[in-house]
Amino acid sequence: MDFGYLTAILFLPLAGIIVIALLPKPQARTIRLTALTFTLASFILSIAVFCLFDRSAGAIGQMQFEEKISWIPAINAFYHLGVDGLSLPMVILMTFLGFLAVLVSWKIELRPREYFIWLLLLETSILGVFCSLDLVLFFLFWELELIPMYFLISIWGSGRKEYAANKYLIYTLVGSAMMLAGILSIYFTTGSLGMMGLCGLSVASPVIPFAAMFFLLFIGFAIKLPMVPLHTWLPDAHTNAPTAVSVILAGALLKMGGYGMIRLCVSIFPEIALRYAPLLVALAVVGVLYGAAVTMRQRDLKRLIAYSSVSHMGYVLLGIFALSQISLTGAVLQMFSHGVITGLLFAMVGLVYDKAHERNLDNLGGLARRMPVITVVFTVAGLASLGLPGTCGFAAEFITFVGCFSSTAVGGIQIYTLLGVLGIVLTAGYILWMLQKVFYGSPLEKYDGVPDADNIEKVCIFSFVAVIMLIGVYPAILTDVIKMGIMPIVKLIGL
Amino acid sequence: MIISELQLITPELSLLVFALLVILLDLFIKQKKVLAGVSIAGLIVSAGFTLLMWGAPTVDIFYGMVAVDRFALFFKLLLLGAAGLVILASQDYVSKFERFQGEYYALVLLSTFGMMLMAAATDLISIYVALELSSISLYVLASFLKDQKSTEAGLKYLLVGAVASAVLLYGMALVFGLTGHTCLICIADVIQGLPIAGLLESPALLLGIILLIAGFGFKIACVPFQMWVPDVYEGAPTPITAYLSVASKAAGFAVVLRVFFVTFGAPVWLSLDWGMLFAVLSAITMTVGNVVAIVQTNIKRLFGYSSIAQAGYLMVGLATVGMAAGTDALGQSGLLFFLASYAVTNLGAFIAIIAISNRIDSDMIDDYAGMGKRAPLLALALTLCLVSLTGLPPTAGLIAKIYIFSGAIHHGLLWLVIIGVINSCISAYYYFRVVKVMWLEAPASEGKVPSSWALRTALFLCCLFVLLLGVVPGCFIGIAEAAARIFGS
Repeated sequence: MDFGYLTAILFLPLAGIIVIALLPKPQARTIRLTALTFTLASFILSIAVFCLFDRSAGAIGQMQFEEKISWIPAINAFYHLGVDGLSLPMVILMTFLGFLAVLVSWKIELRPREYFIWLLLLETSILGVFCSLDLVLFFLFWELELIPMYFLISIWGSGRKEYAANKYLIYTLVGSAMMLAGILSIYFTTGSLGMMGLCGLSVASPVIPFAAMFFLLFIGFAIKLPMVPLHTWLPDAHTNAPTAVSVILAGALLKMGGYGMIRLCVSIFPEIALRYAPLLVALAVVGVLYGAAVTMRQRDLKRLIAYSSVSHMGYVLLGIFALSQISLTGAVLQMFSHGVITGLLFAMVGLVYDKAHERNLDNLGGLARRMPVITVVFTVAGLASLGLPGTCGFAAEFITFVGCFSSTAVGGIQIYTLLGVLGIVLTAGYILWMLQKVFYGSPLEKYDGVPDADNIEKVCIFSFVAVIMLIGVYPAILTDVIKMGIMPIVKLIGL
Repeated sequence: MIISELQLITPELSLLVFALLVILLDLFIKQKKVLAGVSIAGLIVSAGFTLLMWGAPTVDIFYGMVAVDRFALFFKLLLLGAAGLVILASQDYVSKFERFQGEYYALVLLSTFGMMLMAAATDLISIYVALELSSISLYVLASFLKDQKSTEAGLKYLLVGAVASAVLLYGMALVFGLTGHTCLICIADVIQGLPIAGLLESPALLLGIILLIAGFGFKIACVPFQMWVPDVYEGAPTPITAYLSVASKAAGFAVVLRVFFVTFGAPVWLSLDWGMLFAVLSAITMTVGNVVAIVQTNIKRLFGYSSIAQAGYLMVGLATVGMAAGTDALGQSGLLFFLASYAVTNLGAFIAIIAISNRIDSDMIDDYAGMGKRAPLLALALTLCLVSLTGLPPTAGLIAKIYIFSGAIHHGLLWLVIIGVINSCISAYYYFRVVKVMWLEAPASEGKVPSSWALRTALFLCCLFVLLLGVVPGCFIGIAEAAARIFGS
């Protein structure tokens, strides 16, 4: 493509930052509209890329919309961007969530200028992770999201925000530190940093054993996904972050972990992935069941949704390390679907808290009469989360389970799959129980004058619902694209 | 012959002339700011001469005492830049010295002169003389505030420095005794000819190297020779702390690199030995520096321990040079780039600290509360430098760490790199504590933080380079690689 679509998508939020920073004494409204314009522009461009994406059979395994400029010749690092079937849904997810996050943040009054600057920087860095095809560039964008997250959580968060921000920062830094060691050892074994050229690595003399490189990279992604037992940063970060940040954190940041696993761990080291798949599949199932079990014990609405993320990302891990065409497609679709669904769930929690000023399940009840729109949308979100047919949650989970059940990579994976399906039952349990506690039952007097969602909020949440329904009814829109990115990877695994 | 060789040290000579000029003018001029201008002019003239010599072939002069190669020129530019930024930033601080402002500028220039010679010296004697010249000026500068803490700092620096110099001289004497030469290249020839295959077979060489590491280790703030750092950094005037942390360390690393790589680099067994030694020292230094920094409450002391930790990262480069045993120049160029990045970052941080501490009259971290509201640009600059010290994008610190760690992995030091990256995570805790205090807490007192245009210019330049080195490091890495070719190697 002659017009650098990906650079534009990536740097439009950055341009937004410069504009917002240079505005002389702006009103909060101006800042919000500026942020909205730039994120909307980014989203429209990403939809354009989606429409222009070549879905023909000849384009399988090809990176599209590539841009490559020499950046640091001394270590052979390039400014190399590109999308394929694997990263394009993630890019669309991030630009979509970025746009909606601005809408969710519409009521921020404390220091709006810095808030939107950090939010836009976060969007640029996550988009950079999904688009970059050079290991150093990937690492740079991966680390770049730490600073906005630290400030967003510690300044605009709630509860133990400084503790949560610190924990998130240091936990994630340790993971990326390991990732850096892995990236550097790959560089010195092969002399190249280009992700596409490294697929199916089989060099005679690695600097350190390939399994060590795999696990160094894997730890960084496992912390991000998060994989049990490396998940303990997630409840604190999600619960104490402001609503829009929780939306982006759960919706897009966790997907960076899954994307990294597929793009780096599985593509570059397929034999090692095959060798350790049984262990990782077992850990995935543990994550699903443990996450669901802990969720049922939560009393704080936001913490409940946060723990449910741990459980749902377990399906992603299960799908990835079942290492079959269908299960990988299901995992990527689950990443997209979970992103939208959990984004909506956190947005709804934020709305309920804004209106009712209460997050504790024991004190909430009977809100359905007062806020019908919020009730309906929250119910839709909850039902999507538990995988009701007609929503994207069902499509994703079904494809993942079918793929896992029929996979030949891991012996006895059928048992793991059935245990994973048990997770859905637990999900239904806590979702329905949560909905009943918050919305149904007799109305309480203290919530008498509580308002419903206003127009901007309605636009925001209905957009989420529209996408959930669209993908739920016709998932082929996405799976056709995802398939194209997954097929070359599956070929590398060689099953 | 000597006259033509004098042409090759015009940077040093011009700096010396300007230093003496400052002392002379101090007698007649009442407006001390003029002297600052003269010093800056001297630094610019000297830098101009250095740049003119960049393309010339390497040559050694004065019978092998001093070399003019790209390595030395790189350090001269770095030191001149650091001195210039420090003098610019001192404008807000010099009012604290009731008298002797002229001597302050002259001493900074003389110390720079000494350090420039240190970076270019290729003979044990000239190294020692240059080291003493720069150190003595720094001893005086450390005690310039004449209050209790400053005097204690100066005295501690003098005493510990004197002991270190004595140990260094003893090591040099042992090496001279073993080889019969003081010129680095001649020593290298003799050592190569020695009929031994292990360091333990030659007690003189072993003891000589250990004492040299002890003597130089004091200068580069390596554990276990780092005890002076926190006290001296805390007590000295803040611009001098900045100067110490950047220029003195850079010159120290220049000397260590030159001595070890040229003199002891040739026999592979020797190179691997001191490479491993530096690797272990590096691991200990980073860990001690980072762990003790966690509990600090004074920001200058915090930066003291932080520079001990950064010296640890720099020593990873030294270890790589050793383990490479001459096969490539990754260690050298990594070290040089990290020094450049560390210089701009640390100077930027200290310049912001000078302005803020001046206003609130305190160096305690808790008194920095709410600086994000009172002085947003200063706080932003300090935050940028702290982020760079941690090693996060898009700053120079990340690229420097990637570059120096990549060299280490290439030469089999993966364990050191893992210790290094874990230490970066530990350091995030205390660097971000300062960030948190500035941006999240309510201001302890009110009012704007004034700063002179000179300080703001210096701060702007530092932050600009921090971002440039982080986003488009290509040409700077090229410069580091070009400078890594050391004379005599």
